[in-house]
Amino acid sequence: MGFGGSDEGYRRPSGRVTSSKIVIAGGFGVGKTTLVGSVSEITPLTTEAIMTSASVGVDETAGVPGKTTTTVAMDFGRITIDQDLILYLFGTPGQTRFWFMWDELVKGAIGAIVLVDTRRLADCFAAVDFFEHRGLPYLVAVNCFDGVQLHQLEDVREALAVGPQVPVIPCDARSRESTKQVLITLVEYVLNMRRTRQTTPSR
Amino acid sequence: MNDSDEPSNALVRPYAVTRGRTRPRVEIAIEALVETTARGRDASVVGGREQQLIAGLCALRVQSLAEIAARMQMPLGVARVLVADMAADGLVAVYEPTAVGDDAVGTELLERVLSGLRRL
Repeated sequence: MGFGGSDEGYRRPSGRVTSSKIVIAGGFGVGKTTLVGSVSEITPLTTEAIMTSASVGVDETAGVPGKTTTTVAMDFGRITIDQDLILYLFGTPGQTRFWFMWDELVKGAIGAIVLVDTRRLADCFAAVDFFEHRGLPYLVAVNCFDGVQLHQLEDVREALAVGPQVPVIPCDARSRESTKQVLITLVEYVLNMRRTRQTTPSR
Repeated sequence: MNDSDEPSNALVRPYAVTRGRTRPRVEIAIEALVETTARGRDASVVGGREQQLIAGLCALRVQSLAEIAARMQMPLGVARVLVADMAADGLVAVYEPTAVGDDAVGTELLERVLSGLRRL
């Protein structure tokens, strides 16, 4: 393709620049931002969306009944895939009460990575349920610092009750190479799913 | 507390810069890319401090709506209203993301992403 004269810092509007995204979900403190930061070309940024929703009574402001505003923080990173394609990685809070936010996040996404800490498996139940319900392809990445045994991965699969087709893989969120491998596994999985669907006659 | 005429971001009601409007003229995805147009590079036609900062930011390299919100330290919804206004005025171009649907476009995108990741 002929893109003559493009400077390194500045991209001329070609009209064909586009983006895509992958969602990173998991409980608080599991390492989502670490994972994003290990491959992102920018220091992970935080954007805060102010949400107004019907009060659930938990964090209701005294004297202002009926409505509550919540600030939801999302950490995200950026990877330039090629001259005209930028991939964003969005880390999202795993708590159920942020589901209204996820709707926007998952729309059009390639897929999701559910990052898991084996000591706090329950923290990611909501995320797994949500992606299953939405039909968004996802994989489970078990964040481990000291290596992981195969039987532990199978224990995680069983505890989360994810199907046999869903990849459950170990990772080290601090490692660029490891995170890169997790992303590659997800995209390969999504591509394979599509090819299988296309070649299987519908019943 | 800050008593100056130029309050810090934290002390401004978020939607004050949009004059209270919370709905953008057009919906813009959080990962949509924004680039300042030639018209937007002309400071004399860009009104408002926030819009000038956004025009400066997206003149250097394309930025997603999420990046604009983060770098401007404003809520996503506020950035969306401002960018939609700027797009309507021809100050920025907005490039929508490619959604991964069940079509050839989705497959091509996935293959591009895969080879890009392998090159990292």
